[in-house]
Amino acid sequence: MIHSLFLINCSGDIFLEKHWKSVVSQSVCDYFFEAQEKAADVENVPPVISTPHHYLISIYRDKLFFVSVIQTEVPPLFVIEFLHRVADTFQDYFGECSEAAIKDNVVIVYELLEEMLDNGFPLATESNILKELIKPPTILRSVVNSITGSSNVGDTLPTGQLSNIPWRRAGVKYTNNEAYFDVVEEIDAIIDKSGSTVFAEIQGVIDACIKLSGMPDLSLSFMNPRLLDDVSFHPCIRFKRWESERVLSFIPPDGNFRLISYRVSSQNLVAIPVYVKHSISFKENSSCGRFDITIGPKQNMGKTIEGITVTVHMPKVVLNMNLTPTQGSYTFDPVTKILTWDVGKITPQKLPSLKGLVNLQSGAPKPEENPSLNIQFKIQQLAISGLKVNRLDMYGEKYKPFKGVKYVTKAGKFQVRT
Amino acid sequence: MTDSKYFTTTKKGEIFELKAELNSDKKEKKKEAVKKVIASMTVGKDVSALFPDVVNCMQTDNLELKKLVYLYLMNYAKSQPDMAIMAVNTFVKDCEDPNPLIRALAVRTMGCIRVDKITEYLCEPLRKCLKDEDPYVRKTAAVCVAKLHDINAQLVEDQGFLDTLKDLISDSNPMVVANAVAALSEIAESHPSSNLLDLNPQSINKLLTALNECTEWGQIFILDCLANYTPKDDREAQSICERVTPRLSHANSAVVLSAVKVLMKFMEMLSKDLDYYGTLLKKLAPPLVTLLSAEPELQYVALRNINLIVQKRPEILKHEMKVFFVKYNDPIYVKLEKLDIMIRLASQANIAQVLAELKEYATEVDVDFVRKAVRAIGRCAIKVEQSAERCVSTLLDLIQTKVNYVVQEAIVVIKDIFRKYPNKYESVIATLCENLDSLDEPEARAAMIWIVGEYAERIDNADELLESFLEGFHDESTQVQLQLLTAIVKLFLKKPTETQELVQQVLSLATQDSDNPDLRDRGYIYWRLLSTDPVAAKEVVLAEKPLISEETDLIEPTLLDELICYIGTLASVYHKPPSAFVEGGRGVVHKSLPPRTASNESTESPETAPAGAPTAEQPDVIPTQGDLLGDLLNLDLGPPVSGPPLTTSSVQMGAVDLLGGGLDSLMGDEPEGIGDTNFGAPPPAAPARLGAPIGSGLSDLFDLTSGVGTLSGSYVPPKAVWLPAMKAKGLEISGTFMRQVGSISMDLQLTNKALQVMTDFAIQFNRNSFGLAPAAPLQVHAPLSPNQTVEISLPLNTVGSVMKMDPLNNLQVAVKNNIDIFYFSTLYPLHILFVEDGKMDRQMFLATWKDIPNENEAQFQIRDCSLNAEAVSTKLQNSNIFTIAKRNVEGQDMLYQSLKLTNGIWVLAELRIQPGSPSFTLSLKCRAPEVSQHVYQAYETILKN
Repeated sequence: MIHSLFLINCSGDIFLEKHWKSVVSQSVCDYFFEAQEKAADVENVPPVISTPHHYLISIYRDKLFFVSVIQTEVPPLFVIEFLHRVADTFQDYFGECSEAAIKDNVVIVYELLEEMLDNGFPLATESNILKELIKPPTILRSVVNSITGSSNVGDTLPTGQLSNIPWRRAGVKYTNNEAYFDVVEEIDAIIDKSGSTVFAEIQGVIDACIKLSGMPDLSLSFMNPRLLDDVSFHPCIRFKRWESERVLSFIPPDGNFRLISYRVSSQNLVAIPVYVKHSISFKENSSCGRFDITIGPKQNMGKTIEGITVTVHMPKVVLNMNLTPTQGSYTFDPVTKILTWDVGKITPQKLPSLKGLVNLQSGAPKPEENPSLNIQFKIQQLAISGLKVNRLDMYGEKYKPFKGVKYVTKAGKFQVRT
Repeated sequence: MTDSKYFTTTKKGEIFELKAELNSDKKEKKKEAVKKVIASMTVGKDVSALFPDVVNCMQTDNLELKKLVYLYLMNYAKSQPDMAIMAVNTFVKDCEDPNPLIRALAVRTMGCIRVDKITEYLCEPLRKCLKDEDPYVRKTAAVCVAKLHDINAQLVEDQGFLDTLKDLISDSNPMVVANAVAALSEIAESHPSSNLLDLNPQSINKLLTALNECTEWGQIFILDCLANYTPKDDREAQSICERVTPRLSHANSAVVLSAVKVLMKFMEMLSKDLDYYGTLLKKLAPPLVTLLSAEPELQYVALRNINLIVQKRPEILKHEMKVFFVKYNDPIYVKLEKLDIMIRLASQANIAQVLAELKEYATEVDVDFVRKAVRAIGRCAIKVEQSAERCVSTLLDLIQTKVNYVVQEAIVVIKDIFRKYPNKYESVIATLCENLDSLDEPEARAAMIWIVGEYAERIDNADELLESFLEGFHDESTQVQLQLLTAIVKLFLKKPTETQELVQQVLSLATQDSDNPDLRDRGYIYWRLLSTDPVAAKEVVLAEKPLISEETDLIEPTLLDELICYIGTLASVYHKPPSAFVEGGRGVVHKSLPPRTASNESTESPETAPAGAPTAEQPDVIPTQGDLLGDLLNLDLGPPVSGPPLTTSSVQMGAVDLLGGGLDSLMGDEPEGIGDTNFGAPPPAAPARLGAPIGSGLSDLFDLTSGVGTLSGSYVPPKAVWLPAMKAKGLEISGTFMRQVGSISMDLQLTNKALQVMTDFAIQFNRNSFGLAPAAPLQVHAPLSPNQTVEISLPLNTVGSVMKMDPLNNLQVAVKNNIDIFYFSTLYPLHILFVEDGKMDRQMFLATWKDIPNENEAQFQIRDCSLNAEAVSTKLQNSNIFTIAKRNVEGQDMLYQSLKLTNGIWVLAELRIQPGSPSFTLSLKCRAPEVSQHVYQAYETILKN
């Protein structure tokens, strides 16, 4: 099982280590650094590295490496999932998962790690339970603690720890009972040169924010549940009800959580809301090229497309770019060669475009590769797959909660090849 | 107010100051001081000097302070064992605390203190906690047993904690069950043979119930444990699958993958005709695809596993090609894996899409990825014949880009395409030749040289091209040198007139100026060939080559089956069995897929005969390697390879007279010529298929088609697997013995389950009780290609050397092929040794019967045989057991019979048959009574078949 954990920042400093069994020397991380050096780019460090006596399984999150050391055969996914859970917990507790935040709260971090893993076996990873065991730091609490001398460690056994619904604590009370659901869909797509879709799918999630007193039992039904044939559920969902009635029935955790994630892949259901006209060319034997892209709406279901950003990874030989946007602003970073165009909204009357000249290194050969365009956008009040919530019912409690559903569609990994 | 303040130091000496604070009277100050100590510890500073002061803070009712002190203890107890003893009392006291949180915390912490002295004190509290009324304490205690086992395994066993742990599997609380399973699995890993997790249908049922209710991590432990179980039949397998499938929709990808493992394994037991089988296949695809939308690290592990799954069951993901398309900002490790899977899924239906994608990738930035993409195009061409043309033109387009590494990769793959589709695409050679100068990598150069040599007759200036390479011969890598040597020899054989000088030059470069033994040997061989018999040389060097097989990098089927059992583990990431890399060589148990067993006889088609059965019957008589070595080391069955004696004088001679036969003397006085096809002659193309190709592995272990008719000969038992492929690097041997018209033979069926061609088969027996030995060498006429099966009848005689074996009919065999030598042993039925002239004269019989002392008589019962005396007699006669006389005594038929073994031993028999009773009584008399038992077995086999 998981033996040790090292947290390493981008400059290669090990700033925290935790051992659940015997102590493993920091020098084991040298193998990791070696791999990191080889990979050139931080994102390309392989997640599983073998060393003579250990295996290193790592994740890269928020500019930090979480490197775990294992000694016996352990499912790597188990370790990776757990590491992400650790990062999620830090995020949850400290508002951000950064070196500064972790150093600022090092004792809490240590307490958390000790609580999350015992002998390498996960112990408590549900945020609800952890928060009962170890209270998250708030300014108010630290003031109160320092006056009253009380601590931020709970001294009773968390109620959820052993019940059949470990994700919910007992005795939740709110004055305003609310249940909100966000249906968020991301379009992953690859569009080829000619504008036709090579690959497209929708990755959807329903995130919930539930602030309900007591032990509410909820059922969420959809107008068109058939869309959901590939789903991953939060453990709270009763699988049998879904199988038989296509209704999500569950006792929710308290607070924010991801209820389900789903994937819609059949191509005819995936609408592509924007198109890009592009012409990027480099002249042979001259140190310049032309760049011209225009963005327009396609199947946008009559909604406004906003928050558009285009990112282009230009070839290495590009020195500088001299462009004029009809709308928004652009930046080009000559070191990373990344062009970012912050477009904003599309108004169909006047399509946004970005044109101009590209300066190349003189004497260098014409670049072979064509840069891909990475596009970000957002459409409010629309789930592009057409998924619609029908109704939410609550059983088990008497009060009337306030309910709300919000839809949003975003670009996920949306790439246009040129 | 943050914890970073704990890191500030004062000049006065940090430790000194902390010490003072720790001993302060104020609680708040103490706590702050402990926090500072912990903070220093987290960054690896040594604060062990404060041990006594920190331990003093342990007796407190403040839970946070207690936890902090515990944290400190865990870290430093090892370095201060004597001090750690001081803490024991507090631990023991805390284990009795009314608050379960504190009890659990104490037992948890004690387990983490890796000091021998302390572990002794731990036993009693641990025993109590394992039986605690609070499940939270029990589940913590379960893990503690694993910790303790890691420190002192003997202690845990002596104290009986393992049994308590096993009892916890039946606990009412699912979390306790999950932790008990996790702890047991960890302990079992260090004791592979201990059989700790003894699973039976009842415990499986308990686990499946707990599976639905425990945490996600617990589900992983339980699923991994379930995967080790082998259901007794297909019905049980199906019911487990049904209860596991809901886990496929879990948000935790590790749960999903562990569930996939269980399903993939148990699916093996389900019949493909079952509706449920199809349903299950369909259910597996979406969760696998969903894993690919997770974080890149998860994707990587998922992809490595999908790679195995698509090799085992390509049908699951055959429609999901597009999800493996590469996005330009995927990390490189994800890109490379996706590409691999794309090729595996490529088929005629989707090849156009795949090619378009690959071409796109070939213009990307990342060099490694681009190279692999170009190779992938070549692999597509080889895999999907219809696409070959398009692939070649795509490759030509890529060559036109003149990007150096693209061109080189393209040339390497085009070479393979030429080999797969000879005489089809040679028109592109001209284009290839244009890029000769830009090739600087050995593999590409070697490929290009191979092409030039192979098609020398179509390339006008082949000699010039090759000559240009020859200039820097010594700077080339071995690969290129060897290729160049061969290419020039090919050229010479095709255009002898104008290239004599060139070939002379390369031969002398290879033989005289090189110190690479491979190169030198090959040089001499060619030299000798050319000088003695140019016609033979032509036959050898220009022989048609066997076509290359479709997929080059498939995992061997036996290994694949094993890896499927390890889905989701490190083994699946490395595509190696755990035995290959798990630390410390703890004997890892090989896992294998369960054989298909049907619960209902009627559903059992002949193909699905239980594969486990024949191996189970085979007694374990495999000798240790040492026993065999003495006799088998002299197994020199390969062609005699004797290199030419290399002397300086002879080299000079060679240089003087190249083709005039002067080399004969150089080669020494070797008796037989080597101009024949012995040396490196490529095996003929399209190997003759001797045996029917065998389809899928597992179901066919029994070869039911072995139509060796038992015309008049003795009974022939069905073939059994003697050497499983797993033990012999992919060679599977099954066989049987038969006796027909006075001659004994061993009928073998060799199946190649590896990925490489097998050649050079030979067989040898160890000395045995009856001197059985092969009467002729093992004749496998053609190389055995992967997945091919060949049937061979090996004639045996009994003139080999004799050594008494135990059991008597044990035969130890060594089989050699080009890969290795394998040993196995088998038991032959004694009746193959019953000779045809075993009929004794009546008088003689009577005399002998009396003559043999009574203590040599052995009596046996043959049960459940419903034949009458007549039928018995005929049946036995077929196997050379002769009935001499028949009498009827008191309603019983008495048969007097005789038989003779190959070594002249007579066996006399009296068989008493009671009409209407299925039980016969057999009395045997023989001067060598030890054979009686085996003769009886022979009777049994003959009569019952």
